[in-house]
Amino acid sequence: MTALLEIKNIETFYRLIYALRGVSLTVEEGTITAILGNNGAGKSTILKTVMGLLDDQPDKGTIEFMGKRIDGKDPEVIVRMGISYVPEGREVFEELSVRENLLMGAYIRRDRDGIRKDFEKIYSYFPVLKERSDQWAGTLSGGEQQMLAIGRALMNRPKLLFLDEPSLGLSPLLVKAIFNIISKINEEGVTILLVEQNARMALNISHVGLILENGRFVMKGKSEDLMRDRDVQEFYMGVRSEESAKGYQRWKRKKRWR
Amino acid sequence: MFLQLIMSGLSFGSLYALIALAMVIIYKTSEVPNFGQGEMAMISTFVAYTLLVTYQYSYAVSFVGALLFAAVLGVFLEFVFLRRAKDPNVLSLILITLGFEMVLYGLASWKWGADQRDLPFPVSDFDTVSLGPAVVSYLNIATLLITLVLMFFLFLFFKYTKVGIAMKATQQNAMAARINGIRTNRILSITWAMSSLIGAVAGILLAPIATLDPNLMLDPLLKGFSSAVLGGMTTLVGAALGGYILGIIENLFGGYVSLEFKSIVAFGIIVLVLCFKPSGLFARHYVRKV
Repeated sequence: MTALLEIKNIETFYRLIYALRGVSLTVEEGTITAILGNNGAGKSTILKTVMGLLDDQPDKGTIEFMGKRIDGKDPEVIVRMGISYVPEGREVFEELSVRENLLMGAYIRRDRDGIRKDFEKIYSYFPVLKERSDQWAGTLSGGEQQMLAIGRALMNRPKLLFLDEPSLGLSPLLVKAIFNIISKINEEGVTILLVEQNARMALNISHVGLILENGRFVMKGKSEDLMRDRDVQEFYMGVRSEESAKGYQRWKRKKRWR
Repeated sequence: MFLQLIMSGLSFGSLYALIALAMVIIYKTSEVPNFGQGEMAMISTFVAYTLLVTYQYSYAVSFVGALLFAAVLGVFLEFVFLRRAKDPNVLSLILITLGFEMVLYGLASWKWGADQRDLPFPVSDFDTVSLGPAVVSYLNIATLLITLVLMFFLFLFFKYTKVGIAMKATQQNAMAARINGIRTNRILSITWAMSSLIGAVAGILLAPIATLDPNLMLDPLLKGFSSAVLGGMTTLVGAALGGYILGIIENLFGGYVSLEFKSIVAFGIIVLVLCFKPSGLFARHYVRKV
């Protein structure tokens, strides 16, 4: 397997706030890689930094996509190299129709037939979008907007797809549906880098998982292994460890990686 | 009398509508009311005059030349002044547009002087046709037709072309536009070119009725801006309708109430609109769900 994206030791600042403190990450071709972490750990910042959305960042470190340096490039250029980004909070074009939104996803492409085929493909992933293709995107429900955002990103025929919290604000049933589609997209050959708070769902579909805390990775492993890890279970998946057998004394589990 | 007033109101309304459209197109993208719009149109009209009268080119060449000049001027101003603004807020951007308004005004006064000139025009303002009881000049009809055609093309542009949709996308969410590969800076340049061009059309249509001097667009700009506020600064259709409504109301007021206070109407309307429906009559803005 070859590395599609290689991030080496990047450091990112928001003005004076030291958000990423030396993050290295390799995304292998064909996999789903999940980044887990608490609020404010810097998960989204990694994606934004790689996409070139933060001016003059990363401050240090290099980012390579398919062997080419992309740090310091504009998002318009990075998108053209084959990375698509589904931002947190969906960010669809609210006063454009669903169809126009998807068309904007294919903005950088010129092949009309391919675009038409991809429209069909997206509509087959998300049939509801077809029903609503002439409706303003702003009038869709949150879940439909999330589907639209994913569809829009796919219209660019990316090699690598960034998903920032696709489960945010969705009902458990919808989350399941969206994650099913994500694995399906991956099976069709799109490499995915997923940022999630919903650790259980993310580890279920991903191959590799990483845990980010305070701007540093603290753990990396195969997703199955992470799911069995007691620390991960307790701190990210909400499984409570048994209370002390002694009965009167309650021991609190401490993170081993600190 | 009534129909007569309506007809000439429509003709003036077209000009207001064009200026309003020009302002709204920029406002939606850059979020700044461009107070330099009038002087940009005025300079472009002077360019048409120079090509036509001084260099004796044909109408077609002169007008197309002036429109091209307008487009380049728009791109230039945006690129050189607005894009350089560091950490811009709306107020500082407005000040920049006021700044180049004054610079352009000064340039025009220096180059062409304050003499009042007449811009020749292929369609006569004096030959008229009777439409029922109303008498309308060919120029009025031409103004109306050209404006409607231009609006129709604008409609097609924003509805069906990729660049037009990308422009709307950029206006709604610049970050999302960038991550879809839309070069927002380029879209901004196109926006300014288009807006300046539409303004120049208004200037060239206005100059034969008014007199061509550096004050040409002073009054029409304010009226156009009022129209945009009336219709809603965020909607193209609203801005255009606002222009026509203002033109007609103003003319009716001039005809039935008082000719001297005709110009006040526009400002009265601004005040009323801002009191009762500040987003404009036709603003149909999608309210973001939280």
